[in-house]
Formats: sequence, C-alpha cells, structure tokens
Amino acid sequence: MPDGRYKIFLGMAAGVGKTYRMLQEGHAEADAGRDVAIGYLEPHKREDTIAQARGLEAVARRPVTHRDVIVEEMDLPAVIARRPELALIDELAHTNPPGIEHEKRYEDIADVLAAGIDVFSTVNVQHLESLNDQVAELTGVRVRETVPDSVLGTADEVVLIDLTPEALIARLRAGKIYRPENIDAALNNFFRIENLAALREVSLRQVAESVESQRLTLEQLEPLGTREEERIAAEAPKAVGERLLALVRPQPSSQRLVRRAWRSAQRLGTDLDLLWVKPPGQPVEGEAERQVTALRQLASVLGATLLVEEHDDLVAAVARVVRERGSTYIMVGESKPRRGFGRLREPLPQRLMEATPPGVDVRIVAYRVGEEKQ
Amino acid sequence: MSDFVVIGAAILAGALGGYLLARRWRIGRRTEEPEAIHRILLPFTGTEISRRALDAALRLSRAEDATLMPAYLATVPKRLPLDCSIPHQAGQAMPMLEAIEQRATAQRVPVDARIERGRSYRHALARLLEAEPVDRVVVPAGATGSNGLSGDDLVWLLDRAPAEVLILRPAPSDEGRVSVSRESR
Repeated sequence: MPDGRYKIFLGMAAGVGKTYRMLQEGHAEADAGRDVAIGYLEPHKREDTIAQARGLEAVARRPVTHRDVIVEEMDLPAVIARRPELALIDELAHTNPPGIEHEKRYEDIADVLAAGIDVFSTVNVQHLESLNDQVAELTGVRVRETVPDSVLGTADEVVLIDLTPEALIARLRAGKIYRPENIDAALNNFFRIENLAALREVSLRQVAESVESQRLTLEQLEPLGTREEERIAAEAPKAVGERLLALVRPQPSSQRLVRRAWRSAQRLGTDLDLLWVKPPGQPVEGEAERQVTALRQLASVLGATLLVEEHDDLVAAVARVVRERGSTYIMVGESKPRRGFGRLREPLPQRLMEATPPGVDVRIVAYRVGEEKQ
Repeated sequence: MSDFVVIGAAILAGALGGYLLARRWRIGRRTEEPEAIHRILLPFTGTEISRRALDAALRLSRAEDATLMPAYLATVPKRLPLDCSIPHQAGQAMPMLEAIEQRATAQRVPVDARIERGRSYRHALARLLEAEPVDRVVVPAGATGSNGLSGDDLVWLLDRAPAEVLILRPAPSDEGRVSVSRESR
C-alpha cells in the first residue's frame, strides 16, 4: 500500500494561523467529497479555530495518566482504525507522555502515513532541530520540543503561513492569540517586532531551502531507470550525512579557513569540526596560547567543535579523526611551497586522500596574498 | 672501486648532515617564541562599519607595523548561557570580517579577527579587552546609537580601556560605510 501524502503547515510563531489554515483546507477537501477526520486538534481556546473545526469529524482523544495527571492525547490506533482518506493532526513537534506507541507525534504521523492515510499537520519553525540554537539566540527562548529537520524533508508539500510581524502583533493585541492577562508579557518577551522579523526571515529561508533540496532530489532520481537504481537513489539523501573537518593551526590565517568551512557547513546543514594536530612536546604559551583560545572561542560562537590531537604524524592523526567522527569532507589551507627534501614527498591533500576512507573529499582553501601559509 | 665507495659514502653523509641541519632549523623555528605583536582593535556591531574608521585603523596598522584586530561584538540574551553558539550573529559577522580582511590584505596589513559575546556591547568589549592585549582601540563615533556603542559606552571605554583610544568623529560628508548584504552569505 503506498504511503499517504504529507502536507505540513509551517509558521514563524504561535498565532500566525497554521491550524486555522489546516482546518480550512480540510473543509475544502471534505467539500470535494473526501473523507476527512481530525486526528488531533489543539485550538488553544481560540474561538476562530474552534469555529473552523465545526463540521469536521474528530476522532476521540484517549486519556493518558502521566505523573498522576490525566492528559488527553491523540489515539493513534483509533485514527488508523477509522481509516479516513485525510487526517488532520495538529502540532507534529509534540512530545507524547511515556507509555504510548511513540515518544513523538511526528512518529505517530509516520504510522498514519504508512497506513495509506494522507496527513495535514502543523509546526513552528523554532521546533526544527537545526534552527533551535539560532531561534534561541534570536528570541532568548529555547524550545524543548524539537523535531529532526528530515521530518520537513519527508513532506510532499510544505506551506508557509506567512504574516508580517505587525499583523501578528495586531492579532495578539486583539486577543486572538492569548488571553488578555498574558498579552503584555508576550509583547515584552517573544512577540517583539525584531524577534518576529528575524523568525519570519528564518522561516522563509527554511522553506526555500526545503524546496531546493526537494528539487535536487527529484533531479537525482529522474535520469535513473531501473528499479534497483531508483531504490538506491531514493536512499541516497538519507545515506549522505555530511560532516566537515577543517584542519587549523593556532594562527590568524586559520580564521579564514574556519569562516569558509562554517559557511560550507551551513549550506550543507551539517556539523563542523576543527582539528589542530599539535606536534608533541611543543609548548602552547604566549601568542600560540592566545591563538588557541581565539580558535576555541570562535568554535564556541559557531557551534563547532575544536579538537586538539597531539601527534607527530599529521596525516595519521587526521585519518584517525576522520574515521572516529565520520567526516566526509576535509578542508585544508594552502601549503607553503615545498623546498629541499620536502619536494620528494607527496602533497598533503594527496596523502590525506590516500590515508582516509574512500569517498572523503579534500578541499584546499587558498590564502590571500600576504597571508602566512600553513 | 673503493674510490666510488668513499665518494658515495661522502655524498650520503653530506646529504644526511644537510637533512639533519634543515630539520633542526625547522624545529627551532617552530618552537621559537613569536615576538610581541602590536594590535589595533577595531570593534564594530551590526552589518556595517564606518569606512573612515576602517581606513584610519588600516593606516595606523601600516604605520605602526601592527596587526589589525577587527572584533564583532555580539549580544547574548540573559536567558541563554553566555557561551552558547550564536549562528545568526555569526552569519552577520562573517561577511563583514571577510570584507575587512580583504581590504586589509590588499594593503598588506595582517589581520587577526575576533567575535566576542557579552550581555551587552559594552560587556562584550570589556571581555575582549580583558582577554586580548591591544595597544590601541579605534572606535567610530558615528556608530553610536541604539544599534552600536552608546555615548556612555565610549566614556566607559576612555575611562577603562588599558590602551590608547581613538574615537573618530565622522566628517559631515562622511557617508561611507563598509557593509555586506545578507545575500552574500
């Protein structure tokens, strides 16, 4: 049985109208003759949302006891048993209480899709794992319920519910999002124009990147014909988990390499490791110590990891780290021109490629004129 | 025949000696304590910096044979740990540092950039001055305001900075800014 189609309504913040839009589209599908049921709805006591849900059948929730409190959760077996053509399941980032089928609601949704039922669901951008740090930095609020970015990638369609910050604040002031007693606190904390503007930018970029990655995946699939090839191509995006490793030294010129590596890591949506292979016995003091501290600080700012390995063989140390960390991409600075006996040795990138597992790419970052080469 | 052996041995011994000497020289150079570097700090915030301030800092760096230290000051909300990653601000800082480095390298001025975090711009600057020895600080007065260092911050800097502080007042006609659009990321 083919999986159901998956549509996600993505928003920059609470109150933009994701659930409302999901219900509107649910009604439209029902009007077109499809069997639509609400699997789970969280209207947050908003009158407009409650009104919009009227006329759609809702699968009854099930009570679950958690820490002596009874909470109502989506009844996954009941939704699957009901077998609607389309299930509306709100808040895919929700964490279920222990003791039911899955820990997270997006896992429940995967079961519903696997049963051949189409699903519409909702999520806010701050719940995406890779954006969690960025959104926490922007808003000062760290969201605990996160979902892997791949969840967005599995959707057949992502709809961004866009609203200008001014319009969202107007909705908040009109009492359409929170109760009157909570409005001032919301305006002073999360719902500030600069926060919302930044979140909106993040949401727009996320959807653009999601569209781009889906387009690339389709392009990769198209030229392949046989069933086996199609299967391999379909698995490829999951199998390629990139991880970057940049080889640095405690000197200012390494910063450009780190900047390049970080931007590449951002584009690939992957983690970045910085590695300094320290010659044994070399004291780290004075200027070198300051440079190591600066590298450590930079790594911390970027969310990268600085690794320091004491080894007299650079290539062997790098090869070991590549295996341990599962790196797929090594970035190195340009080497100094080789002189004397150094000419007899193979260049560093070549030695790295020979020592590391097959498939690990090596990229050389050129230094600017006047910069000290490594 | 024995002559060949002697000559061969002499060549080998010479080559080995040369190799060992070169190796010793290399190791000696590697462990050598670098001489004290003069640094000129150029703190900035946001996505642009006064061209006048940057040019002044570059001129001074060249004249004094100093390293330019452009430093992006970032703020971390109080609810987050001070050492948390700040990808959004880092994304703003990176192209700016790249642009500054390009101009500096074109003028053969060495650059050693920083991104410093603090609860406020002043706090970030204080942490930076505490951690890094600098000989001079160049601050554009034009950058003051809600998005940068305030007048109070500059007074604080004059009072507390363990270095010479140069506050550049923009000329009336100085509209020049070095900025980077977000798209260039």
